[in-house]
Amino acid sequence: MTTALEAPTAAELQTIAAARLLRDASSVFIGVGRPSTAALLARMVHNPRLVLVYESGTIGAKPYHIPLSIGDGELAETADAVVSVPEMFNYWIGPGRIEVAFLGAAQVDPLGNLNSTVIGDYEHPRTRLPGAGGAPEIAAFCREVVVIAPHDRRTFVPRLDFRTTVGHGDGPGDRRRLGFTGRGPTAVVTDLGVLEPDADTCELRLTQIHPGVEVERVLEATGWELKIAPDLRRTPDPTAEELAALRELLSR
Amino acid sequence: MRGRWWPMAELTTLREAVAELVHDGDAVALEGFTHLIPFAAGHEVLRQGRRELELIRMTPDILYDQMLGMGAARRLVFSYGGNPGVGSLHRFRDAIEHGWPRAVEIEEHSHAGMANRYAAGAARLPFAVMRGYVGTDLAERTRVATIECPFTGERLVAVPALRPDVAIIHAQEADRCGNVQLWGIPGVQKEAVLSADRSLVTVERIVDQLVPRPGGVVIPGWVIDAVAEAPGGSQPSYSLGITTRDNDFYREWDRLSRDRERFTAWMHEHVLGVAVA
Repeated sequence: MTTALEAPTAAELQTIAAARLLRDASSVFIGVGRPSTAALLARMVHNPRLVLVYESGTIGAKPYHIPLSIGDGELAETADAVVSVPEMFNYWIGPGRIEVAFLGAAQVDPLGNLNSTVIGDYEHPRTRLPGAGGAPEIAAFCREVVVIAPHDRRTFVPRLDFRTTVGHGDGPGDRRRLGFTGRGPTAVVTDLGVLEPDADTCELRLTQIHPGVEVERVLEATGWELKIAPDLRRTPDPTAEELAALRELLSR
Repeated sequence: MRGRWWPMAELTTLREAVAELVHDGDAVALEGFTHLIPFAAGHEVLRQGRRELELIRMTPDILYDQMLGMGAARRLVFSYGGNPGVGSLHRFRDAIEHGWPRAVEIEEHSHAGMANRYAAGAARLPFAVMRGYVGTDLAERTRVATIECPFTGERLVAVPALRPDVAIIHAQEADRCGNVQLWGIPGVQKEAVLSADRSLVTVERIVDQLVPRPGGVVIPGWVIDAVAEAPGGSQPSYSLGITTRDNDFYREWDRLSRDRERFTAWMHEHVLGVAVA
């Protein structure tokens, strides 16, 4: 006998959509929160060999619980290797050894650049955010970046208050000009859908909407005139396996 | 001197070590990347009323939230000022947004920048070379410069060495000669000690002999000024294998620290009013 699962929430759809992007990845660099949950879910249902790398220096961590911090003890205890911060950035991130990076941000602009420093003026900020952390170099040198953010007009802004992290910079060719070896943001996964950069302009376009979400709602929740990809698709419904695994993970 | 005298870390009390090594106005790095954060030592610095400090730390975390909120710092050098997994550091924000209880000058970097700055300091080099910062607004707001590689001509970024007056870290164990061993997430513990003019290491326990651990980092006692036993001294962070991270406290801190008066009362009751050896 199977128990009917409750319909997925927007947060669950976002996590499941992000996890699916790791189906064929060899390694993923993750921060805390939803990115971490998505990566653990990917290891459970899509890609058991996925190597999880946390900023704290834990490479190949296999946590059973979703960690609260990037340095929880379980990460070090289950890792293949635990390295210092200089080694993490100089030997692992800089040379592009890590395939995908999951990053969050307080603001995302149309070219996938990110702000995690201040809202308002730098000298007199309305809101002081935590700051760069590892994001600038992670986004520059991991082979690709997936941004995970809540979909609202506060987050998706036409112009950043501060550019902490370069996505596609000022447009096509900018990453190369800056000497970045990674491809930059290939997807932005929100609780409403997925945005991907246009191959010619690098501008983020709506390529996927989650089940139950109307396109109108996505456009309203974006602070610029969001373009829609001609081949816009509907995110496939979560499978029973994905949903059950995610809920079990969150209940641990 | 050989044969008559070996320099070695002095085994002392936390109170004596802080009194001797940390002075008003010093540039102080209390390090620990999520793990092994030297809370007990930071609290002792506050109890002894040190002022006008330049506080250096990659991840300010709760400890620097407390030190900023008590007005101990004139300047903060950092790369990520958040409560990991929880949200904002409210005292850090209040200091920067409203200058409460005093205005704090800030210098911020990326993690890669800070880590390389410590490594350059440890090597007594004037700067470190790296790729990064370019294309960001951070580059104009902080101390970095571009240099050209003398071999390939590539444009690279230079970050200035960090040379704190004093570094303070926590570790699991020391032996009676003051040799220190830590394991688990090593952060920039070793780099912080080696970059500083003076250093203090607090440890969970003093042992007769250090037993090598997988991934263990050993810092010889002769590069450390003082070692003080401080069991539980990294709580609410943790010392792998001995204590566990108090994640509930990290969540609770969000509530305790929002309000200025509640924060101050909490600090007086739980930090300033506590007597230690």
